[in-house]
Amino acid sequence: MAEESILSIEKLRLSYGELEVLKGVDFDLAKSELAFLIGPSGSGKSSLLRCCNRLEEPSAGRVIVDGEEVTAPGVNLNQLRRRIGMVFQSFNLYPHLTALGNVTLALRKVLKKSRVEADDIACSVLERVGLKDKAGSYPNALSGGQQQRVAIARALALEPAIMLFDEPTSALDPELVNDVLAVMRELRETGMTMLVVSHEMGFARSAADRVAFMEDGVIVEQGSAEQIFGDPNCDRTRAFVRQIAH
Amino acid sequence: MEQLIQQFFNVDLMIEAAPLLLQGLGTTLLLCLAVVPLGLAGGLGVALAGTSRMRWLRIATMVFVDFFRAIPPLVLLIFVYSGLPFAGVQLDPFSAVCIAFLLNNSAYYGEIFRAGIESIGGGQRLAARSTGLSAWQSMRYVVLPQATRNVLPDLMSNTVEVVKLTSLASVVSLQELLYSADMARSITYNASPIVLAALMYLALLWPMIRLVARFERRLGASAGI
Ligand SMILES: Nc1ncnc2c1ncn2[C@@H]1O[C@H](COP(=O)(O)OP(=O)(O)OP(=O)(O)O)[C@@H](O)[C@H]1O
Ligand SMILES: [Mg+2]
Repeated sequence: MAEESILSIEKLRLSYGELEVLKGVDFDLAKSELAFLIGPSGSGKSSLLRCCNRLEEPSAGRVIVDGEEVTAPGVNLNQLRRRIGMVFQSFNLYPHLTALGNVTLALRKVLKKSRVEADDIACSVLERVGLKDKAGSYPNALSGGQQQRVAIARALALEPAIMLFDEPTSALDPELVNDVLAVMRELRETGMTMLVVSHEMGFARSAADRVAFMEDGVIVEQGSAEQIFGDPNCDRTRAFVRQIAH
Repeated sequence: MEQLIQQFFNVDLMIEAAPLLLQGLGTTLLLCLAVVPLGLAGGLGVALAGTSRMRWLRIATMVFVDFFRAIPPLVLLIFVYSGLPFAGVQLDPFSAVCIAFLLNNSAYYGEIFRAGIESIGGGQRLAARSTGLSAWQSMRYVVLPQATRNVLPDLMSNTVEVVKLTSLASVVSLQELLYSADMARSITYNASPIVLAALMYLALLWPMIRLVARFERRLGASAGI
């Protein structure tokens, strides 16, 4: 691949005690690429994302993000992590802080920005996700879709090289899903590199450069959305796609 | 009836004893100002150690907490004040009370803080760490503020208990409220000073108890219980 690789996962393995959940995963993501990761429950999708910023400690293999090896011993993990934005299924906003406070916390404590500077950045990022007027609201006063957009803003404010999404819309009421997808689409248009665990097939068809199917701790096959959803090579992929299409 | 009032509610004697008791009250307040913050700080330390990732530290903390919850505070206090001199450690009453209370209160406040920390879901810490906050920063800025708020009523009612327990200091001759009242009683041969002391405790603690009740109701309402 001629293009610059932002994420590179090599022979990655992860175990929880006796249980091996990642069994040698290889995966690459080029700059500005948007890849979907699909697969049955328990196949290790969330675990794979959490290995990318070492929220889980892999037992073997390497992860390289934007030229820096995350899995190398002695790396400055905290400085690396803020380059890897992460968005969770259940939003995980800090309920004791306003939307603005959620976005500014890491700006101030990790990037050591002054309050004024951090507020400035946070306001412009909240504006980008369409929530400028909600800066002073606490999470419990926001809808699920708004909360998730604040969570995206919180990651975005740190100027990540890549964004990881773990089922960002699956906890949302159907009518709120589109607000979040619209933000993700805008991110893609501005060239953000994204790895998305999600079963939003419509969004995948229209926005994903690539879809990877994962099962039982390995990536079974990958290809374009058309190919994976329409004409997969592997029977297991076919069976799974048929299942989520209903 | 007349005699009963004379024995317990003799206003003249109360007025006479008031300056002494107010001085005692001052000492009690001073003591609270020392032992409550000490206990809160110690309790926070105990809670952090008790939720640490290091197994040996968690076990050591558990032993500490169990031990000092099992020892009656009065036994602990007399041991620190009258027992330690046998090991060559002679403490003035105030320091002895502070040390005994630190050990006892750290265990109790620690359990409350720990329950608070454990009430915060793992997703909060994951989110914090994913933005690059260190383990300590995640604790300090994300987990602890929420944890403390969740257990505020428990922290406050434990503080009420601690204030009441400061009366134990009278047995090591610290001239706090109870000691002063008992002194006044032995001088006057009348129980009214003790009643006055009880009224002073009541005046001190009743607002706190009301406040706890209000917090509990508000927290219960916001939790939808
Ligand atoms: N912290 C943990 N401790 C032990 N086992 C875990 C832990 N987290 C996940 N697992 C197990 O690892 C396996 C993979 O889990 P993971 O959450 O990565 O799957 P997933 O593909 O994201 O599933 P889902 O679609 O349900 O989110 C599962 O069997 C799960 O039970
Ligand atoms: Mg998952």
